[in-house]
Amino acid sequence: MSLVESTKNKDLPSGESFSSSCNACKQCMPLGACVAFKGIEGVLPMLHGSQGCATYIRRYLISHFREPMDIASSNFSEETTIFGGNKNFNEGIDNIIQQYHPAVIAIASTCLSETIGEDVQRLINEYKSIHAGDPHVPEMIFASTPSYQATHYEGFHQAVHATVKALARADGPVGKHINLFSNFISPEDIRHLKEIMADFGTEATIFPDYSDTLDGTSWETYQRISQGGTTLDAIRRSGSAAVSIEFGYILNRGKNGKSRDNNQFQSAGEYLEQAFDVTNRKLSLPMGINESDKFFELLSIISGNPVPEKYEKQRGRLVDLYIDGHKYVSGKRAVVYGEEDLVVGLAAFLSEIGIKPVLCATGGESGKLRETLESVLGDLYDDTMLVGQGMSFDRIEEQMKDLNVDLLVGNSKGYYLARKFDIPIVRVGFPVHDRIGAQHAKTLGYEGATVLFEQIVNTILEDRQRKSPVGYKYM
Amino acid sequence: MVNENDKTKDAEKLLQSLHEFRDEVVAKYPKKVGRKRAKSIVVSDDENPPVIQANVRTIPGIITQRGCTYAGCKGVVLGPTRDIVNIVHGPIGCSFYAWLTRRNQTRPETELEENFIPYAFSTDMQDKNIVFGGEEKLSQAIREAYELFHPKAIAVFSTCPVGLIGDDVHRVSRHMKEEIGNGINIFGFSCEGYRGVSQSAGHHIANNGLFKHLIGRDDEIRGSAKYRVNLLGEYNIGGDAFELERIFDKCGIHLIATFSGNTTVNQFENAHTADLNMVMCHRSINYVAEMMETAFGIPWIKVQPIGANSTAKMLRKIAKYFGEQELIDKVEAVIAEEMAEVEAVREKIYPKTKGKLSMLFVGGSRAHHYQDLFEELGMTTIAAGYEFGHRDDYEGRSVIPTIQIDADSRSIEELTVTADPTRYNPRKTEEELAELSKDMEFTEYKGIMNQMEKGALVIDDMSHYEMDKLIEKFRPDVFCAGIKEKFCVQKMGVPLKQLHNYDVGGPYAGFKGAINFYKDIEQMVGASVWKELKAPWESEAYIEAEFAC
Repeated sequence: MSLVESTKNKDLPSGESFSSSCNACKQCMPLGACVAFKGIEGVLPMLHGSQGCATYIRRYLISHFREPMDIASSNFSEETTIFGGNKNFNEGIDNIIQQYHPAVIAIASTCLSETIGEDVQRLINEYKSIHAGDPHVPEMIFASTPSYQATHYEGFHQAVHATVKALARADGPVGKHINLFSNFISPEDIRHLKEIMADFGTEATIFPDYSDTLDGTSWETYQRISQGGTTLDAIRRSGSAAVSIEFGYILNRGKNGKSRDNNQFQSAGEYLEQAFDVTNRKLSLPMGINESDKFFELLSIISGNPVPEKYEKQRGRLVDLYIDGHKYVSGKRAVVYGEEDLVVGLAAFLSEIGIKPVLCATGGESGKLRETLESVLGDLYDDTMLVGQGMSFDRIEEQMKDLNVDLLVGNSKGYYLARKFDIPIVRVGFPVHDRIGAQHAKTLGYEGATVLFEQIVNTILEDRQRKSPVGYKYM
Repeated sequence: MVNENDKTKDAEKLLQSLHEFRDEVVAKYPKKVGRKRAKSIVVSDDENPPVIQANVRTIPGIITQRGCTYAGCKGVVLGPTRDIVNIVHGPIGCSFYAWLTRRNQTRPETELEENFIPYAFSTDMQDKNIVFGGEEKLSQAIREAYELFHPKAIAVFSTCPVGLIGDDVHRVSRHMKEEIGNGINIFGFSCEGYRGVSQSAGHHIANNGLFKHLIGRDDEIRGSAKYRVNLLGEYNIGGDAFELERIFDKCGIHLIATFSGNTTVNQFENAHTADLNMVMCHRSINYVAEMMETAFGIPWIKVQPIGANSTAKMLRKIAKYFGEQELIDKVEAVIAEEMAEVEAVREKIYPKTKGKLSMLFVGGSRAHHYQDLFEELGMTTIAAGYEFGHRDDYEGRSVIPTIQIDADSRSIEELTVTADPTRYNPRKTEEELAELSKDMEFTEYKGIMNQMEKGALVIDDMSHYEMDKLIEKFRPDVFCAGIKEKFCVQKMGVPLKQLHNYDVGGPYAGFKGAINFYKDIEQMVGASVWKELKAPWESEAYIEAEFAC
């Protein structure tokens, strides 16, 4: 048996087979939920649990987005954990309403409230019935997000699903508008998607839209609730949309996509399809030419309009750029890590520009990463690539020793590996807290591919210049 | 306090008007909440500090700066130690969020020496561990950690679900200590996030653990240095401990242990051989100081080596305590040499910073300590407060007997400490202490209000809403807090200095630290970026001109 064959389709052991994690490659579910919730207009997120969860999550998200991130908490005490969170919940909601006047309070649970078995939906219903007729009572949305169930990525999609499920209606006839569930992407990418939709003349509800709430301007006066977000009306109308487009195939499939009571998790698009017959079209994140082509083709079919010239030119320039730069990247070996669908998107992009993703690693454990890579990458799929789910950075490091890696592509947490192996890192994904501008990262569409390609090529050139004894000025 | 001549008229006027703030803000809350918050907002009076409500539970739904008990125990006190493998028992988030976020630094003496600070260990609890218990997983995690690293010590930290499902981290630690043997030290902390009202509870739990499991395990006196001290409550953010170590070294003062910046297990174990404890962050570590005094007879003094003058003051106190001319002379020489450099920088910067206003809302000591640095820059602190301070941190330790012990404080273990039968050795006689007390105070901290301007606002556990109102009304030139507050404050056009982890800056302690701080503040108050907030077409003059024609 040759060496190549022996590594074919090699999946690394899942995280489950280890007792401890050293330098995790994932965060907790409520963190993801808070990001998704920030995409609702007029929202104030609240975590039902200990105040530390809200504080740590705020602290962490703020270091990435560099924007205010208000998350309230029901501040559990020892007494609350014994007698239940009812009193704290009601008091918290009262205070939020009085201080912030939100249109929506979006609540995510934590390990603490889930472990004591709090029924948050019941608490919401009770609050609403006590305050029936009170015009100040906002919409309330609940997502169940116990950290021990999955990762921040599933938390994000659980919140997207919970919001749509709570609000979507199918009053009236099917409209011309479409839903775009755009996944955990940067505010800049959301803005870019909006531009594309407008250029196709398509009325689209992009959810969650935190392009303003998590990337705002400076303020004349203090804004208690940051402006922007997908409007409640738009989310309500998602039930009567013509079609949904959903980026990502894995979404909340963590732990085989089942909750503790063995319920199959659904994505928002799947829910709308099942409940309201809204056709759900799934695509990979449109990273690189191949995946962007699929997205633009689909938009052209849905809108009945040809791809605008602007994007044809963008695509043309991108091909031109690929040709200019291919010799710098061709044959390079990269490790890609992060959320599962991001890893798929990046692997597709890297393969198309000639970089070999020798290890695709994620903290998630959907069990679907390899098959998704295979189907999305198609002809570019290389069955010798290592695929690791439930991975930590410590285990990524272990693998890297034999992989002869040229480049890391992923979030800031991998920086220490880049330093250890003396190879460059291109920062993509979440969290990025050792560079500014994570909120402006452009990765989607032809334009995103242009930015990302230049970033990768220039990072490799910079590294070569730095390490060269000659000091070439022309590269 | 700032030189009277350098205070601007604004500051005077502001100090007279600050008291109105409380009534306005409190009125915005629901009545009951307003009544509660009113007790935590007071107007400072250095001669007769008013009673402030502190260390009480945060009101649900109010966005607080506070963290949890786990954060105080693992994140603050034990986190900066480099040769303990800290395993977080719980789901993944808690461990991840405390992974190097505080910018603690450490400097192993050789390349071979262990350094676990760059690692975040977690048992990464899953559903089935919650249902069937996580003790077995924890035991296995400890085994794995031992096989991988062979550390001297392993500490286990409990997160919220651990307490609820009844995992006993102490029992597991004991069992594993027996199983592994080889002199390894393994101990657990019941620092579940829901205990106590803030990270302060976690500090106390960590202090108890340090005392029970580490301090006093090694009696050997190492080195020939005469002046042996510990520095308590210094966590080496941005390299502060390195600067203080440099200064002590230069003076010939032997630092046995720092709790816990740039420190090792052995330094903790040996700490009881020091002759003086210096408490820097009173809130997070005073328990250890108290216990070491009772058990081993080591007196403690409060120091605040933040600010050049304050650092000099600390050195003089140490010299006075040991009372030897050789040390007194050395300390004076070092101060003279260091201050020359400090003054040269300060003189250049002072004209640009004097008369400006600062606000500090951070920590359980930092909101106090950094006022010294602002004073050296001629800046007045018009409002300050702690996230997790207690009344004694505001009003001074004299109020401790009058502090009501509530259910939250009762749930934290109080160790009963008695004099060690063989090792108790009072370092000074009663008479000597009485004599020294003329120049320095032992077992005393006078609190933040003792230093603040009369009329300045003091707010405990400031809410997000109160912060917004403070900025809107008083627009300080610099606001000091943490990253959670940073972007809100800066969006309103006021620069924010992070005093939890110093942005990318530091060290700020000691003499060289003071220079760094002066420069950073000069840059912040003088930055041109704030002038760009408004586009020209947004100015009133522009609008008038445009629409006039």
